[in-house]
Amino acid sequence: MTDKIALYNVHKSFGSKDVLRGVNLSIAEGQSLVVIGGSGSGKSVMLKSILGLLTPDSGSIKIDGKETVGLRRDKRADIDHQMGMLFQNGALFDSLPVWKNVAFRGVNEGMSEADARDLAVEALARVELGPELLDLYPASLSGGMNKRVGLARAIASKPDIIFFDEPTTGLDPIMTDVINHLIQECVQELGATTLTITHDMTSVRAIADKTALLYKGEIIWQGNQEELDASDDPFLHQFINGLPHGPIEVEGQQLETAGY
Amino acid sequence: MAALATIGRFFLGFFAQTGQLCMFIAQTLAAMTRPPIYFRMIGQQIMRIGYYSLPVVALTSFFTGGALAIQIYYGGNQFNSEAIVSSIVALGITRELGPVLGGLMVAGRVSAAIAAEIGTMRVTEQIDALTTLSTDPYKYLVAPRVIAATLCMPLLALVADILGIFGGFVVGTQSFDFNAAIYVQRTINFLTFEDVSSGLIKAAVFGFIIAIMGCYNGYISKGGAQGVGRATTNAVVTASILILAANYLMTSLLFSS
Repeated sequence: MTDKIALYNVHKSFGSKDVLRGVNLSIAEGQSLVVIGGSGSGKSVMLKSILGLLTPDSGSIKIDGKETVGLRRDKRADIDHQMGMLFQNGALFDSLPVWKNVAFRGVNEGMSEADARDLAVEALARVELGPELLDLYPASLSGGMNKRVGLARAIASKPDIIFFDEPTTGLDPIMTDVINHLIQECVQELGATTLTITHDMTSVRAIADKTALLYKGEIIWQGNQEELDASDDPFLHQFINGLPHGPIEVEGQQLETAGY
Repeated sequence: MAALATIGRFFLGFFAQTGQLCMFIAQTLAAMTRPPIYFRMIGQQIMRIGYYSLPVVALTSFFTGGALAIQIYYGGNQFNSEAIVSSIVALGITRELGPVLGGLMVAGRVSAAIAAEIGTMRVTEQIDALTTLSTDPYKYLVAPRVIAATLCMPLLALVADILGIFGGFVVGTQSFDFNAAIYVQRTINFLTFEDVSSGLIKAAVFGFIIAIMGCYNGYISKGGAQGVGRATTNAVVTASILILAANYLMTSLLFSS
């Protein structure tokens, strides 16, 4: 069976800083892969390379077997249409009300206002939010609501692939649990393939079928939940237990382009 | 050697920036001519850039016209001042001061606002979100602002022309006791179509510069609030300098022949 997403030997540098140094990774259809790693390990750059927001210097990224590296934006419209993305801080459009945010793709493609509002109500219900939010603007939402509306936008078009960028960062433990639960539910309902990047081990345990550890631009370990618990890999052990000493070097400086 | 390296770095940086800006302009022009064209967004931007800039441009040109009339009256021949003041105010406002001062005022107001808005969208990943939602940011964000500014600036310059001349008229008739009817008649007789149209052509170019510099600086901003602040400052400074440089070039081209 063809992998839904496959990365082969992906490299990406910013100036003299090598961020991705030969990433090899594959995600099977319907699988939930979580990539963990410290700040500056290249998680966001890897995710943005898959989304086509950054172009790798070399290597191959295939989605449904189709090469996407070097593909112009207008030539990857079919691929973009099957993707949804939850950004770290929601990235809701602050000039638009909630319903236009959630149904953005439909509105832009000529959907009527009534249909778009219905679509937004349906997507918001999936993340356990009510229609009273429809006409609010993102500035008036709390952090947890912002994340949930972002999730509603990501799943509104019923995508085959969903990406989650640090979905629980900045949330309290209860809201973290709510978001993890919603992600699980939505993914199961849609049967989507997902790629999550995080350094929150609670999320890993809640949503991962498979986990990969990214360190200094390379995948240095990957396995399922049982393998994660049984592994004696020193890098993995240090990371999941949050130990200050071990083989993982704590970077003194953040990469200037992190979050680009 | 260190000095040469510094000079080399400066020029490399300058050419890299220029190349990046040229690519940005080329992508914007392509986005402006290919569907989808977001007419609703263009309408919104016409309101923001054109309509809301009217008071600033109107007041600036009115007072400039008045000040120009005073300078010409006291600096020139006071015996024939009625003819000289009306004609030079009309000429100065329509050919130069209307479009240039209007352009600079709109650059301060609009270029900064565009850079701040798009810069904030960049650092909060809203532009990345647009792309993942199958929407081209050049078509959705940049093209409507550039089209709106290019369309609005000639209209704003026309308002500036009328109010600038009116400012001179008010000062002339109220402070120097010029005859109102003669002042108006001399202004009409002296002005040619080319005087007004050259100013409007300049204004359209200034509108393009204002929007493109606001969008470009916002689009490439990074580094959070500080980056957005830097983008805003750069947008106003570069737009203002380019307006003055473009004005010189266009004046040379339009009037040297």
